[in-house]
Amino acid sequence: MDWLNAIIQGILLGGLYSLFAVGLSLVFGTMRLTNLAHGDLTVLPAYIALIIVGSTPRFNPLYAIPMVMVIMFVFGYLLQRGVLNFVVNSGDIAGVIVTFGMSIVIMNGLQEAFTANSQGLDAGQIENMSITLSDQLAIGWLPLIIFILAVVVIAALQLYMSRTKMGRAFRAVSDDQEAARLMGINTKHIWAVAMGVALLIVTIGGVMMGIRTTFNPLLGADRLIFAFEAVIIGGMGSSWGTLLGGVVLGVAQLLGALVFGPAWQILAGHVVFVIILALRPRGFLAKTVTA
Amino acid sequence: MSLLQIENASVFYEDFQALYDINITVEEGEIFACIGANGAGKSTMLKTVAGVLVPKVGRILFDGRPIDHMPPYKRVELGISSVPEGRRVFPSLTVHENLLIGAYRNRKGPWTTDAVYDLFPLLRPLKKRQASGLSGGEQQALAIGRALMANPRLILMDEVSLGLAPVVIKRIYEAFPTLLENGCTILVVEQDVQHVLTVATHVACFLEGRIALQGVPSELTNEQITAAYFGV
Ligand SMILES: Nc1ncnc2c1ncn2[C@@H]1O[C@H](COP(=O)(O)OP(=O)(O)OP(=O)(O)O)[C@@H](O)[C@H]1O
Ligand SMILES: [Mg+2]
Repeated sequence: MDWLNAIIQGILLGGLYSLFAVGLSLVFGTMRLTNLAHGDLTVLPAYIALIIVGSTPRFNPLYAIPMVMVIMFVFGYLLQRGVLNFVVNSGDIAGVIVTFGMSIVIMNGLQEAFTANSQGLDAGQIENMSITLSDQLAIGWLPLIIFILAVVVIAALQLYMSRTKMGRAFRAVSDDQEAARLMGINTKHIWAVAMGVALLIVTIGGVMMGIRTTFNPLLGADRLIFAFEAVIIGGMGSSWGTLLGGVVLGVAQLLGALVFGPAWQILAGHVVFVIILALRPRGFLAKTVTA
Repeated sequence: MSLLQIENASVFYEDFQALYDINITVEEGEIFACIGANGAGKSTMLKTVAGVLVPKVGRILFDGRPIDHMPPYKRVELGISSVPEGRRVFPSLTVHENLLIGAYRNRKGPWTTDAVYDLFPLLRPLKKRQASGLSGGEQQALAIGRALMANPRLILMDEVSLGLAPVVIKRIYEAFPTLLENGCTILVVEQDVQHVLTVATHVACFLEGRIALQGVPSELTNEQITAAYFGV
């Protein structure tokens, strides 16, 4: 029963990781930018939600999510147009340096403004509600909702990419930036929308996580790594792969914790990641097309 | 008024000067051919018109309006579209999606996906295929169709016949009159000099970043063209 429990909780945790990971993968896919600030950008929305609802909640933070999503979209769009567009074509190193700098700025900025103490978002009743499957097995509503949201978000992103004009433009830019410009696509705008959408998705995970547990300004680094691992395990460029990657990572972490003790949770995830990387370097569902 | 005027344009890649003081005038309804050896600067000239390169000196006028500092997408809106060197179709998109990307700016005009499939019937059965799986000739037809989807007034074609079988080249050249009838002027770069000179109304021969010779093909002798081509 413990095993089954760890696996189920791991799958649900994986949904959360994939919410962090699809944004990273979207940004890398459309502009080949490795965004080292991505982890910190998953922490930021929880603080924005905290500002909106206040520390003695004026209303349920769940209702703040759409508003934070809009704020993060606009922030992402402006960040891209104002800063990151200038490094997209100046080589990998420029992007790494600038986003690393951003990561530090966000982390220290949050510490300065909110201290390094852990904070929480109180969503009331729902945090403790669960579905009892048997005496020893219960699924919390919140983790289940997060997982369902992840599936819905990924399905929606998939539809957006395959069915809409904008999604088509994203894929064209990803295939061949210069050809896309010659066809009349304003790549600066497309990249900014991609960053906006990435941060909008990340917001869902970031705020939900803030409700489920606590958060502090230092969480970004771990989340960046989990997101990376989920993307690589699943395979570049595949959204469903990213969900699968998140699930594999989540299950590995919780099984590791079960077998070796809680202290081993994170390491178990890394070990499984390295093994998969060695056996299947392109991940499970990689989608790569060349001319 | 001329459709396109390039006036005293000098274009650089970083420190390297690729074009020196180029002057070109393209009239509406022309097939304007650019020829020249490898590295002469033909593609550089087309990219400058399309807007991915910006001249350091000189001006570009489209329909009498300066367009020098317009980004490429604004130029597409005005009616300048490209068939890039090497075709550059979007490999992960289907044939149909590639055509739709060509229409990204929603310019009104005669070209629709159906009109393109009528012009190049070979593309119709390939509609749903990923462009990465097409043959060179199919990709070239797709690249031309995609450029037409922008309903251009001026189409820039770079090396349309390179690496293609003679029958495919013939089919592509057969499409030129249809393009002209639909109000599209053609600026074409071509390696296959003999072939292009039979259809061109004007030719410019590039040599090491300069135009060594230009004029109406029927008024130029083979000797003149050969001399300009090789710089002897
Ligand atoms: N991206 C670039 N960076 C630096 N130099 C370049 C670049 N592209 C072209 N050049 C140089 O500019 C000059 C003109 O190149 P261009 O591509 O315009 O020639 P071309 O006439 O189209 O030749 P080809 O027939 O081989 O296509 C060449 O000397 C080339 O080496
Ligand atoms: Mg060329």
